[in-house]
Amino acid sequence: MRFTKDHEWVVLSGDVATIGITAHAAEQLGDVVFVETPEVGKVVKAGDAFAVVESVKAASDVYAPISGEVVDANAVLGDAPETVNAEPEAGGWFAKVRMSDPAQYDALMDRAAYEAFVAES
Amino acid sequence: MSETPLKTTPLHAAQHALGARMVPFAGYEMPVQFPDGVMKEHLWTREHAGLFDVSHMGQARLTGVSPLSAFEEVVPGDFISLPLGRQKYSVLLNRQGGIIDDLMAGRPDEDGLFVVVNGACKDNDFKVIDDELAGQVHIERLEDRALLAIQGPEAAAVVQAHVPGAEQMVFMDIRALKGFGVDLILSRSGYTGEDGYEISVPASAAVAVWNTLLADERVRPIGLGARDSLRLEAGLPLYGHDLDETVSPIEAGVSFAVSKGRREARDFPGAARIAREASEGPSRVRVGLRVLEGAPAREGAEVADEAGAVIGIVTSGGYSPSLKAGIALAFAPPSHATVGTRLKVIVRGKAQAAEVVKTPFVPHRYVRKV
Repeated sequence: MRFTKDHEWVVLSGDVATIGITAHAAEQLGDVVFVETPEVGKVVKAGDAFAVVESVKAASDVYAPISGEVVDANAVLGDAPETVNAEPEAGGWFAKVRMSDPAQYDALMDRAAYEAFVAES
Repeated sequence: MSETPLKTTPLHAAQHALGARMVPFAGYEMPVQFPDGVMKEHLWTREHAGLFDVSHMGQARLTGVSPLSAFEEVVPGDFISLPLGRQKYSVLLNRQGGIIDDLMAGRPDEDGLFVVVNGACKDNDFKVIDDELAGQVHIERLEDRALLAIQGPEAAAVVQAHVPGAEQMVFMDIRALKGFGVDLILSRSGYTGEDGYEISVPASAAVAVWNTLLADERVRPIGLGARDSLRLEAGLPLYGHDLDETVSPIEAGVSFAVSKGRREARDFPGAARIAREASEGPSRVRVGLRVLEGAPAREGAEVADEAGAVIGIVTSGGYSPSLKAGIALAFAPPSHATVGTRLKVIVRGKAQAAEVVKTPFVPHRYVRKV
C-alpha cells in the first residue's frame, strides 16, 4: 500500500490501482454521510479531484493519486457511506483506476513515510 | 502580514483536556467537536443534554434613563412593554432594513436590558448601538462573563438540581438567580430547538460550572459542528449565512421580530422597506428544503425550478443527523415557496430533486408552561 500527502491510499494489482482514503483521513473527517465516486470510464490525471466525501459538517475532495482510466467504483458507498469509517483501508475503497504511468505509483510514500508525514503535520 | 492572535474563552483549557478539536471561529479558538464527533454529539443533544460553550458571544447591559424605549430606536420589536423576567429575539437593522445582527434582549432584573449578540458581530453591534443611542444608554460589555448553553430533553432537570428558581421558568424567561455558588443570568432558551437554558456566569466560575454540569452522566460536551446541524434542523437562521446586511426580517422569515404597531408607526431603521414588504410581499423568502436525492446541498448551491431555471440559492445546508437526509435553508421567490413545491438543488453541476418543506425540520420542544 502506498500513500499521498492528501491522505489517499493506493493498492496495486497488475496495472489496476485500488484507491481509498486513509484511516487517519477517515478519523479526521468523522462520520461519512455521503460519497460521490467517479464514473467508470472517466480518465483522470494525478492530482485531479475525482471523488467527494462528505461529513455532517463539510464536503471534501478526494484526489486521484495516479493517472489513468476509472474501471470500477465502489457501489457499496452509495447506500452505506459509513463503510469509509468502518473499513477505510479495505471495504471503504472509492475507485479502481487502470494506471497510465506506473512510475507515479513508485513515487508515492510507503506506510512508514506516510506515518511520519502525519506525525509531523 | 501579521495575523491577529485568536482569543480564547475561560473554558479553553478544560475543552482541550477533553480532547476538543479547536478551530478559529469569530476571532476565538473554539471547539468544533469533541472526541464523540459531530454525529454522536448531535444525537446526544436530541436525546439527553448537550453542553455548549458560547462565551464568544457578546454580552452587555444597556442602562440609562429609559433603556427600553431607547433600544426601540435600533430594533423593530416592542421592548417598552417587555415584562420583567422575559426576553425577546430581535434584529439590529440598518437604514435599508437589512439585518446588522440578530440578538436576544431581556430583563433578568431591574437593571436595564441584558443583550446577547453574535460573537463575530459584537464589536460592530455595540458600536452601532453606541452611535445611534449616544447619550441615551450606557453600554457595559460583560467581558468578565462566560456563557454556557445546555440543551436537550434532560437539560432542564440537570440545571434545576443546581439552580433554585429555574424550575419556575418557561421558554424565553430570563432571571438573575443564584446557582453553583455564584450569581447567574439564566434564560430558558437556546439555539437547538430543544428545551434548555443559557447560563451567563462570571468568568472566574466558568470552569467550575462547566465541570459540575459535565459530572452529570446525562450531559456531554458539544462542539460548534453539532451546534450548527442542530440549529439547522430547528430551522433557526445563522447570521452571516442566512442573514446579512442585505436581508430584511420579512425575507428572512423572522417577521415576528417586527411588531405590528411599530411597523405601522414606521419608527425604526429601514421601516419603509419593511412596511412595503409586509404589504406587497418581498421578492424572496426563506424556505426549508429537503433534498430528495444525492449529496447534501450546502451554502451557495443554486436552487432551480423543475424546468432548470435558477430561482434561488441555498444560504445554509447540510446533512441532518436526525432525519438522515440533506436539508437546507434557501431563498426562493414567493411563487416557489409553498410547502410541497418540487425544486432542484444544483450540487457540483448536478440537478438533484428537492422539495419545499415546513420549518422547523425537526419539531421544537420548548417548554411553554410549568
